[in-house]
Amino acid sequence: MHPAPSIIFFTVFSGLGFGLLTFLGFGKPDYSGFTAFIFFLIAYVFAVGGLVASTFHLGNPQRALKAFTQWRTSWLSREGCLAVAALTVMGFYAIGVVFLDTRWTLLGLLGAALSLATVFGTSMIYTQITTVPRWNHWTTPVLFIGYALTGGAFLAGQTSIAAPMLLALGVLQCVVWMVGDKLFATSGSTIETATGLGAMGKVRMFEAPHSSKNYLMKEMVHVIGRKHARKLRIIGVLCLSLLPYLLLVIPPFHHLLSLFALLLHIGGALTLRWLFFAEAEHTVGLYYGQR
Amino acid sequence: MTTLPTHTEKKLGLVIDLDTCVGCHACVVSCKGWNTENYGAPLSDQNPYGADPSGTFLNRVHSYEVTPDEGAAMTVHFPKSCLHCEDAPCVTVCPTGASYKRVEDGIVLVNESDCIGCGLCAWACPYGAREMDQAEGVMKKCTLCVDRIYNENLPEIDRQPACVRTCPSGARHFGDLGDATSDVSKLVAERGGMDLMPELGTKPVNKYLPPRPKDEQIDILAPFLDPVAAEPTGFLGWLDKTLERIG
Repeated sequence: MHPAPSIIFFTVFSGLGFGLLTFLGFGKPDYSGFTAFIFFLIAYVFAVGGLVASTFHLGNPQRALKAFTQWRTSWLSREGCLAVAALTVMGFYAIGVVFLDTRWTLLGLLGAALSLATVFGTSMIYTQITTVPRWNHWTTPVLFIGYALTGGAFLAGQTSIAAPMLLALGVLQCVVWMVGDKLFATSGSTIETATGLGAMGKVRMFEAPHSSKNYLMKEMVHVIGRKHARKLRIIGVLCLSLLPYLLLVIPPFHHLLSLFALLLHIGGALTLRWLFFAEAEHTVGLYYGQR
Repeated sequence: MTTLPTHTEKKLGLVIDLDTCVGCHACVVSCKGWNTENYGAPLSDQNPYGADPSGTFLNRVHSYEVTPDEGAAMTVHFPKSCLHCEDAPCVTVCPTGASYKRVEDGIVLVNESDCIGCGLCAWACPYGAREMDQAEGVMKKCTLCVDRIYNENLPEIDRQPACVRTCPSGARHFGDLGDATSDVSKLVAERGGMDLMPELGTKPVNKYLPPRPKDEQIDILAPFLDPVAAEPTGFLGWLDKTLERIG
């Protein structure tokens, strides 16, 4: 699949923002006043910034409000509705924490639940796509929630929670690759089932329907990035998980050092989200003799 | 509404005969011609006369080579457009309600004034039947020429999808696949019409007729053209034997 920068930015930063909102909803860190305001500001800039970025790839963004109407069937619509609900509830909760020095616990817990549900909604946009077997698996929501909670714990300054979660996220990501690498083969879709000609013999693409690339190939038959997938996986996991973990655990705690670790983590998340798309193979590639 | 209807009154669709398709691309051209001038946004081209031309098409013809375990390989021309699936995954993922499946005839359509161009429906379609128009930013797909098949301003013979009407080899057929007595349903039953990627559970309405097996004997006159004398005699026979001995 084509790794559109707007979508990578959207999923990573809205995930981080809603992850931080989840921790804030649980009262971690337990600040009020101006310090709390800064934490909420970071969470809102990330969450809203990510959502705004997601509209950049739309053909007609002026009609984006219509996307809130089809929550009965569409995960994209549900994600939008959940995001607005989470941001609204957490907005009221933030007013209490920042201006009134009051923590409305129940409202915070509701906001945290809605924030996590939003990340789940984002992941389901990809999980529901049966045409991309690598995504169409229960590990996708687990992975997205894992990224959001780890980044959220990190942003919330919960070092004692963030450190083990960083390691766990690295392991989870590796497990997801081990499972995901086999999913296209086990899905059963081949060029033979795609053309229905399998009963006659082995099928091979003889001639493409057109001389140059089309929308389908640009969008869904992205093969460029896979060449370096192995290297990117290693670099990505080092930045996402191992290096930030070591920086948090080994040296004496320092704010600048943990900021550096956070930047490494976000860089790793962006790299691996790029791979999440670039490595995903769509069934339409079968019609073009590619995957 | 992006909820799929539980039942459609008709199942209008195409039956494509892979045995007779000659791969001439006339259906591609007539489809582009009709649909760029009529319903919805025109089907734009990008850089059409440049080094890297591309454009929006609702129907494309692939060609495949099929090699059996024994015997010669064969070429199969393979037109592909929207299959108007009963369980259309492209419809339910749409966040705005722009995509819908009609109850009266089962046609899957896009209401372009509601489409935000997010592209998710194109991802959800296993067959590559939806293409985003790069000029208009809205999703385009086969409408089964909904503006032809019910159009009383056209002579009755033309009230068929443009691709069917134009096909010079009679490889495309249009009708109600929900009606077991219709010509298309009979054709599907007779020729073993098949679904594409049935494992994905989309239940396509359009059916493909597999190529018929090739005749064993190519020409009935061929036996008469066998060499009359397998072994040369006379001077040629002597020459053949001598050369054989030297070599």
